[in-house]
Amino acid sequence: MNLTEVFEVVRSDIGSSLRAFLPELALVATILVLLLVRLFQRQGTYVSRALALIGSIVALLLALEQYGAGLHREIFGGMLAVDGYTHFFRLFLLAFAVLMVWLTMLTNMPEPEDAADFFVLLLGATLGMILMSSSIHLLMLFMAVEMASLPSYGLAGFLKESRRAGEASLKYVVFGAGASGIMLYGMSLLAGRFGTAHLPTLAERIAQSVATEHGVVIEPILVAGVLLVLVGIAFKVSAVPFHFWCPDVFHGAAAEVAGFLSVASKGAALALLSRFVLTLAYPVLQAFGFAQVSLTQALALTLAVLAAVTATYGNLAAYAQTNLKRLLAYSTIAHAGYMLMPIAAAIGSSGRPNFATAVDVVLFYLVVYLFMNLGAFAVVALIRNAIGSEDLSHYGGLIHRNPLLTVAMAVFLLSLTGIPPLAGFVAKFRIFVVLYQTGFYWLLAVGLANTVFSLFYYVKVLRVMIIDEPVPETPAWQSNALAVAFHVLLIVANFALLIPGVWNGLQDITTGAVATLLLP
Amino acid sequence: MSDTILLSAIVFLPAVAALILVAVPGRQKELIKQISFATTVLVFLLTLVLLAQYFELRDPATGSWPTLAERAAAAREQDLPNDLVVRYPWISAFGVEYYLGVDGISLPLVVLTGFISMLAMLASWGIDKYVRGYCILFLLLVTGMMGTFVALDFFLFYVFWELMLLPMYFLIGIWGAPSRVEADGRVRGGPYAAIKFFIYTLVGSVLILVAILALYFHPAEPGAGPAYTFDIMRLHSIAQQAGVYSLGFQLLIFVLLYIGFAIKVPVFPFHTWLPDAHVEAPTPISMILAGILLKMGGYGFIRLAYPIAPEAAHYLAWFIAGIGVWNILYGALAAMAQTDFKKLVAYSSISHMGYVMLGFGVWTLMGDPDKWSMAMNGAMFQMIAHGISSPAMFFAVGVIYDRIHHRDLNRMGGLANIMPYYAGISAIIFFAGMGLPGLCGFIGEVFTVLGSWQFSRLLAVLAASGVILTAGYILWTLQRVFLGRPSPEMFGEGHHGDPNALPDLSVREWVIAVPMVIMAVVLGVYPDLVFRFMEPSVTQLIQDLTQTLAQAR
Repeated sequence: MNLTEVFEVVRSDIGSSLRAFLPELALVATILVLLLVRLFQRQGTYVSRALALIGSIVALLLALEQYGAGLHREIFGGMLAVDGYTHFFRLFLLAFAVLMVWLTMLTNMPEPEDAADFFVLLLGATLGMILMSSSIHLLMLFMAVEMASLPSYGLAGFLKESRRAGEASLKYVVFGAGASGIMLYGMSLLAGRFGTAHLPTLAERIAQSVATEHGVVIEPILVAGVLLVLVGIAFKVSAVPFHFWCPDVFHGAAAEVAGFLSVASKGAALALLSRFVLTLAYPVLQAFGFAQVSLTQALALTLAVLAAVTATYGNLAAYAQTNLKRLLAYSTIAHAGYMLMPIAAAIGSSGRPNFATAVDVVLFYLVVYLFMNLGAFAVVALIRNAIGSEDLSHYGGLIHRNPLLTVAMAVFLLSLTGIPPLAGFVAKFRIFVVLYQTGFYWLLAVGLANTVFSLFYYVKVLRVMIIDEPVPETPAWQSNALAVAFHVLLIVANFALLIPGVWNGLQDITTGAVATLLLP
Repeated sequence: MSDTILLSAIVFLPAVAALILVAVPGRQKELIKQISFATTVLVFLLTLVLLAQYFELRDPATGSWPTLAERAAAAREQDLPNDLVVRYPWISAFGVEYYLGVDGISLPLVVLTGFISMLAMLASWGIDKYVRGYCILFLLLVTGMMGTFVALDFFLFYVFWELMLLPMYFLIGIWGAPSRVEADGRVRGGPYAAIKFFIYTLVGSVLILVAILALYFHPAEPGAGPAYTFDIMRLHSIAQQAGVYSLGFQLLIFVLLYIGFAIKVPVFPFHTWLPDAHVEAPTPISMILAGILLKMGGYGFIRLAYPIAPEAAHYLAWFIAGIGVWNILYGALAAMAQTDFKKLVAYSSISHMGYVMLGFGVWTLMGDPDKWSMAMNGAMFQMIAHGISSPAMFFAVGVIYDRIHHRDLNRMGGLANIMPYYAGISAIIFFAGMGLPGLCGFIGEVFTVLGSWQFSRLLAVLAASGVILTAGYILWTLQRVFLGRPSPEMFGEGHHGDPNALPDLSVREWVIAVPMVIMAVVLGVYPDLVFRFMEPSVTQLIQDLTQTLAQAR
């Protein structure tokens, strides 16, 4: 395709592409309005927050409408895919953005003079993350990653007075830039060797190149390209050994921001990873009738080892932490490990009907993870507002001063551990089911052992908050109706999966999202 | 009353009451305790109604009961109002059902749970710290326990099984002994014991989860696709067909379940959480732990491990029975070495639960299957008997601890003169634990030992000799506590008083102790009260298992 042809394709469907792009456009419009308002009104949180809230809700409604319409196609000449998978992540990320704005209402997060900037960065990052989940073109994919990363760097350093925040931001930038560079290099290898950056086409050409008349031939450049891209994604997911930024960034950033990064950023990176890996592996698996293909097997094993190490390292390192944000940072690393497990199983499953199920499980987990992890970070933020500390030693006996927050924290942490009847158990149970079904017994053993490991540090927090003696003279947190509603919502969400119909409903949604993943 | 409502009420009434308590102001301590106690009484009465309904199920002509498997299969087609099986689809994505039911194996344990919960709640009247939180957790615990005994869906069973962990963790951690540093620098106390309990049990649960997955995906017939079932009754019937579960698979399942349940029983060497948990827990929680939680392990064996993996159970019979006997002897010897009154009772629990494991284990195809039936019935009866005697023993320890604030046996003595009624009640309770004929402990022990004679005379003799050790430590304990002169150091650090002025049992303590004493005597002289409805189910199980094994050979 030469340039004129590309132009022609883009021009011919620009109208329908833009219509399919409406939720994102709503976010863009909100960002622009926020910036404009900043010109006229230099102070005040309310207007910016209201705008951000309205903008994200409008985008959410538009996304919901499109989800209902069930549109599945490539848009902008093969740059983005609008399929069930995109719809799912749009809804996920936009709903999360709404919850984030709600949370900032409770914690008074941005200072009045920075409010507009904060929400611009928040929505900008969300936009980038939505694009990450929908790009099917290497160039677009890279731009989406950058679009999500740059605002995140800003958000990480948003606490202006804090040296730690500056350090966090800088570390994030340096690591992030390095990872982006590596990823870009990998992409250039792939695009250069196979002559296209369009993922589905790329996948087909890879399948052709692998299956030659001399049998299976795997070119080193292909391995190098895929691995380098994976490194970049592993950085975003904070998989060991590319996790070094995560504890420092979460420690330095505000708890709200850490909550945002831990859920949205990881969610988008996992979306990207699943789409990238599945799109590339699918034609290869198909061409060989889902036989054991050494390339996909190697990829599966790499991911499996990565997942096992990430989960184990995260859980073991969390135990020694005394700062709550740092502890939760390691916990999110561990959860990234759990979520990588089914993706590895998906590729390595040698074609049992679990290919889609395995990814479905990740989406399911992400939804649950949103409710438990956001909740935990929200509690940390609110307690910080009340007692001015995020150190575990200052959490002693909090149940007597802040019973709601403590009970909420107990629910979130136990859900993160995976204790029935909480949602975290259901999500983990589904992962274990996939691992058992696909025969990854050793990974299943690692996952189960990690459940036990993680109990130590989650319960350690609960023990300090509930059993230990109260720290004298810690002020109590002043609750209000909005905050109570927020926590009740999250607590109920953590119990909801065992209500008849809810588990099935959510599973239907995630299964549908994966089933319509536009594979070549 | 429809069985759906009855069974659901027994399980969820405590949880509903716990939710109501959230709305009651925490200052209203008396009201909160009254609501909780009323709930436990109501639940106990409902379990008695359940028992009465179970008797109505009996076929008047033959005097036999329809088996649980039959009733469950019928409920699959149509939900009958009075078959004591509840079956509704719950999570269709995994074929999980809301599936409850009782038979002669679970019913005595359900009634026991109602009985002990009620008395333990009454024993909780002395709790003064964070009463509302205590009662909420206590009631959730009751829901978890009841649910575990009546669940017939493996997934549901697992949810209830795990549901007990968390309340138990906090009940031991918050209301148990405060954290302290021992002379050798180790940190001990309620929080330590609680996390130890939590982690031990969670490790076991995780293994049970693996077994659940393995069974879910195992074909129901040779060569067929995965069974995709959590239905425990269905798993039983699959296991009864020869050649579906290979011996290797059964061994895997059995070992996973064995470790999971053995931790709860507790079986040596998984028992080390128990002395810690008991010693640090408050008295009512020790009563629940010893009376009911330990029985869940035994129940797990008889309801899940044995019927699902019979060949493996038979293959490992020597191992199970041998470890059971070792439990008896080890627990008794360890109890003898204790100077802490409560730790002594805790080790006695380990010893007594050894008889349960021995009764389960002595399965041999050589000889008379009735003998194994006898041992198994004895083991089940031992669970009930121990479920009455051991809470009573812990209660007796609690009574004296409330008065003198320590549990050192060497600093007691002479209490028979000071508190004669307490001494009398305690003597009956401890003799019941010891297995004196005419009291409940005797029946279970004698049945298991007689039943194990044909399996191995050596094990039977060793188990019987455990009775002598038990008599040794119990008599010695009674001597140290009640006879002789009062110790000059009768009161714990920071407490003073006149040993001769110690008050005897209060009205509340009488009310708690007397029902347990009555039950200990009644079950001792009239064991048929339980055997009448328990024995047919156990015998049926033995028949099924023996038949399965005979087919497999």
